[in-house]
Amino acid sequence: MPAPLPFRPRRLARLTDRAMRVSLWGLAAAFIAVLLVFVGVILKQGWPVLNLGFLTRMPETLDAGGGIKPEIFNSLYLVALSLAIALPIGLGAGIYMAEYAGRGRALRFLRLCIETLAATPSIVLALFGMIVFVQMMGWSFSIRSGAVTLALLNIPVITRVTEVSLLGVPRELMEASYGLGATKLQTILKVALPYAATGILTGLVLTAGRAFGESAILVFTAGTNTSQVFPDFHLTVPGETLSVHLWYVTSDGTLPDAREIAAGTAAVMIVVLLALNLLVRFLDRAIRRRTR
Amino acid sequence: MLTPQTPITKPVKLSVRDMDFRYGEKKVLDGLSMDIQAERVTAIIGPSGCGKSTFLKCFNRIHEVSSAVKVTGDIKIDGVDIYRGGIDEVDLRRRVGMVFQKPNPFPKSIYENVAFGPRLFGVKDRTTLDGLVESALRKAALWEEVKDRLKESATGMSGGQQQRLCIARALAVNPEVLLMDEPCSALDPIATAKIEELIFELKENLTIVIVTHNMQQAARVSDYTAFFWLGKLIEMDLTERIFTTPRERMTEDYLTGRFG
Repeated sequence: MPAPLPFRPRRLARLTDRAMRVSLWGLAAAFIAVLLVFVGVILKQGWPVLNLGFLTRMPETLDAGGGIKPEIFNSLYLVALSLAIALPIGLGAGIYMAEYAGRGRALRFLRLCIETLAATPSIVLALFGMIVFVQMMGWSFSIRSGAVTLALLNIPVITRVTEVSLLGVPRELMEASYGLGATKLQTILKVALPYAATGILTGLVLTAGRAFGESAILVFTAGTNTSQVFPDFHLTVPGETLSVHLWYVTSDGTLPDAREIAAGTAAVMIVVLLALNLLVRFLDRAIRRRTR
Repeated sequence: MLTPQTPITKPVKLSVRDMDFRYGEKKVLDGLSMDIQAERVTAIIGPSGCGKSTFLKCFNRIHEVSSAVKVTGDIKIDGVDIYRGGIDEVDLRRRVGMVFQKPNPFPKSIYENVAFGPRLFGVKDRTTLDGLVESALRKAALWEEVKDRLKESATGMSGGQQQRLCIARALAVNPEVLLMDEPCSALDPIATAKIEELIFELKENLTIVIVTHNMQQAARVSDYTAFFWLGKLIEMDLTERIFTTPRERMTEDYLTGRFG
């Protein structure tokens, strides 16, 4: 007589599986709902203010009816400049860590440093930027002080994203390249980086979004004023951005229509970020089609 | 009684003398010596973990890119030591091509996969590249199947086609030796037959060393067979002789499935 099989019935496992699926679905739905309400409220409040005049007028300091034209420009200009500084450095550091540093204690220490830097509160970087660039270097509140300090915020993130993306490149592809007589540099440039491109790009956009929304750093380095010329590409003029403007008008309190301007500014920021994310989706798909 | 048909002896292309191989502290290959003849197919067989793949990779020094290894003894190509003879390992890998166990085409178009090698060595002219790509694909018996879709992604091909593309990619830089590391282990029998046929054609002007788990395959494609056991070369001879009248008891036991 064979012993009965020691397997228990699977009803409980099936039930847990189903319960898990339902609760995860519920969590996702709740999260999306919160997000929609959030974005909806901001857009609803900002909608009455949003018109061509608001987007194309210069801001007022005392009277109602000011616009945010230079703030839009400064936001985009500062993000672009800071990325232009941070990208080569972050990319280079990421490539070094993934491909050249080897494994060992030195690399782990380096990684710890970069992760700490990535987690540094932006107000700390802001004060650092103010002391070093605004005061010691004598750059005052300007686009260049803001761009360089903002780059400090971006570099560790880009470095880490580059490293992780490169480590995700299949070893077989690297071997195939070496096997054909490629040098290390050729392998990195022609095989590893194209493969890692979508990951790096996604990281880059997240970085851009964070820089776009950053306020603390720019309050202390780029200032709360704008140039009276538009568009002003000079690096030495102050460059108030959208998020700084949003903070400034609501905390300063001299503008009669501060509430409306804040609502409109917030709506513009949300729309720009949305557009940025859609752009990435599009680019990511285009690159993926060519390199995977 | 079968009399082995002795192929005409060719010049020695690769020679190995008293080679030891270590990964860190671990000795993987121990005191190996063998000669590999030009324009012949040499098969390396043996149980898993006996060091066959490691041995193969010594000829193009590819494990050096990912780990610290130590090789002692001599390995020569055309009489020049590849570790100490002043040969640059990058140049060596152009001369000694490799086909891997799993097909590993680049996630690029079919054309770009084959053109990858020539481009590394500075071929830019479109007509020259087109010619090199076509001739490599023809040699790999793939041209007829892909000539109308060279711009399509290589990752959309079947496994067997991908592996032949990898062979074409290796041939495009005109190597003298082709190392094949279990090239058919991920393929079905029909794709395997195509690769084996290809090996037969390619040895016309190429030295081929193939590692295989499949003993029938070794018997079908190779002129010489070497049997490895725990990092040592037990026996090497004409393939027919190895499979009919091996000198070593161990070889016979392995071939008849008494261990392994």
